[in-house]
Amino acid sequence: MTTNAGTTANTGAAAEAAGGAVRAAADGAGAPVALHDLSRSFGPVHALDGLSLDIAPGELVALLGPSGCGKTTALRILAGFEYADSGTVSVDSKEVSRVPAAKRDMGMVFQSYSLFPNMTALDNVGFGLRMRKLRAAGRDRKAGELLDMVGLTDQARKYPHQMSGGQQQRVALARALAIEPRVLLLDEPLSALDAKVRLQLREQIRALQQRLGITTLFVTHDQEEALSMADRVGVMKDGRLEQVAVPGQLYAEPATAFVAEFVGVMNRIPGQRRGQDQVSALGAVVPVRGGTTGDSGLSGDVDVLVRPEGLRIAVQPGGNGIVTDRTFLGSVTRVSVLLSGEVTVKVDQPTAVADTMPLGTSVQVSLPGEAVLVTGRR
Amino acid sequence: MAAVADVEAGAQAPAPATKPAARKRSFPVWRWVILLLAGAYFVIPLYAALRFAGLKAFPDIFKQAGFADAIELSLRLAVVTTILTLVLMVPTTVYVHLRLPQVRRSMEGITILPIVIPPIVLIIGVLKVAPGFLLSTPYLLALVYVILAMPFAYRSLDAGLRAVDLKTLVEASNSLGAGWPATLWRVVLPNIRTAMLSATVLTVALVLGEFTMASLALYVTFPVWIVQFEQNSGPVSVAASLLALFVTWLLLMLIVTVGGRGARKRGTAAVALFTVAPRETSQTTGEPE
Repeated sequence: MTTNAGTTANTGAAAEAAGGAVRAAADGAGAPVALHDLSRSFGPVHALDGLSLDIAPGELVALLGPSGCGKTTALRILAGFEYADSGTVSVDSKEVSRVPAAKRDMGMVFQSYSLFPNMTALDNVGFGLRMRKLRAAGRDRKAGELLDMVGLTDQARKYPHQMSGGQQQRVALARALAIEPRVLLLDEPLSALDAKVRLQLREQIRALQQRLGITTLFVTHDQEEALSMADRVGVMKDGRLEQVAVPGQLYAEPATAFVAEFVGVMNRIPGQRRGQDQVSALGAVVPVRGGTTGDSGLSGDVDVLVRPEGLRIAVQPGGNGIVTDRTFLGSVTRVSVLLSGEVTVKVDQPTAVADTMPLGTSVQVSLPGEAVLVTGRR
Repeated sequence: MAAVADVEAGAQAPAPATKPAARKRSFPVWRWVILLLAGAYFVIPLYAALRFAGLKAFPDIFKQAGFADAIELSLRLAVVTTILTLVLMVPTTVYVHLRLPQVRRSMEGITILPIVIPPIVLIIGVLKVAPGFLLSTPYLLALVYVILAMPFAYRSLDAGLRAVDLKTLVEASNSLGAGWPATLWRVVLPNIRTAMLSATVLTVALVLGEFTMASLALYVTFPVWIVQFEQNSGPVSVAASLLALFVTWLLLMLIVTVGGRGARKRGTAAVALFTVAPRETSQTTGEPE
């Protein structure tokens, strides 16, 4: 929660440079958000099951998870489009659980293009200001500043159908920011865009969010997006938060097997539990890392979880595996190795080293001595 | 690009020949035959009617007793029916789309009922429930016409609402601080304007041509006047029918043209009488989760 303290502190100076609209937005930004014990069911489906999350002022938190994990429901409850069956939503320490969406002062960018087709880009951006009874001249000036901020001044008089998908989402972002929201909500805003535009807009959203210091909740199923943009990432499963952590920690120290396997690439290697603290796999006995949910009480057959860069590999005639595939990833190459028992593992190696391991090469895959995560055998 | 252009230019004969061939394939002869047959089916009776009436009958229409009253009544009923239909059907259809999407199929079934229920049953039903002060006025007919127009109005509005991402637009509007009245007025209605125009076109056409209900209720609307007047002068009556047809057609074309022009400007759906073509976007949208 303290990760963006510097960002927030820098907001004022950056905003000053970007004109009145930005300055105004920055002044009102930075409300803390607290979701407490939210539950929501749709018939027999528990979309949210006791979700709690605190977002610090100016922080960008991404909710990441597979389809149906409840991340969109959480965002919609914060937006006011859905009400929780139980639990509370607080913004700036005031409970807003029953406040309608129109009165929450939250800007939202939707997954599908949500610009009003009957309005120009300028009118779209000015819509929220019009609802706030701002006069036409002031409205157009401010909407123009916001369009300038997202680099679309020349598109001001165009209708949504005359703009590309990326431009439409940038206008939608400007529209959401125009009302100087206390919280910005992003519901997979990049998923309908092609890869190049997605990358550009991702950087633009993050830069603006940091410049304005606006508290942001970002929902996505794309882990690369979440890890690259967010101050903290919350991984969700079955309506619950499995772990909330900064991206590096989430990758390096996953709290559960689900997080470990959902974030990044993870190998499952069959092993045998040796007492409380050790596990044997690939012919070695290594310590078990504590803290993995559900690992207590595991005994006998288990799976050891190791990332591709966490395995060792060496060419060795009569080794424990055979190279079956190689994927070039730039400076590293991901080598697929078939181990005995029909288990395939992926091992990342510097490309120069991987080049010495053509398909069919007999190799020895081993675990370094570091502590590993274990989970129940699949 | 230049190289490509040169190669294409050098290809000579086959290249230009492919275009007319493609056009011919897209509109084959059998389609022309069907079009001509269908056209003849509609045009021959009109031509026969025109021959029977003669051009001299047309100026006489306006001199006939009761003509002005009948046409005025029909136009008044068209206006009242259209307003009532839109006031009833637009919020209902929007509500069904937003809050009760599961009852859309039932709504389709219910709204088709006026077509299958015999007119006499409908008018007796309306007489039973209509407020007393309406029973002695021709506006009673407007109530019946609202029911008769329902199948067409609902389908037009339903198609129009399906062509826009209503839920997202409404939520976007709400999140920007707009309450329901502002959302309906500034966001929903402008985006289903063409569908509302389609519903209007169909309602007006229905009211201007409806005979049975008006005749049963003993009001002399324009179609009733035409039938009554036929006893006096066949040619003038036929000329009046042709005039009514022409005026209705003109009205429809006017609405479609005006609606289409606005739609093209904003990239929204074009006016069509039963369906509304999806609006064009420069990129496909992703499915919401």
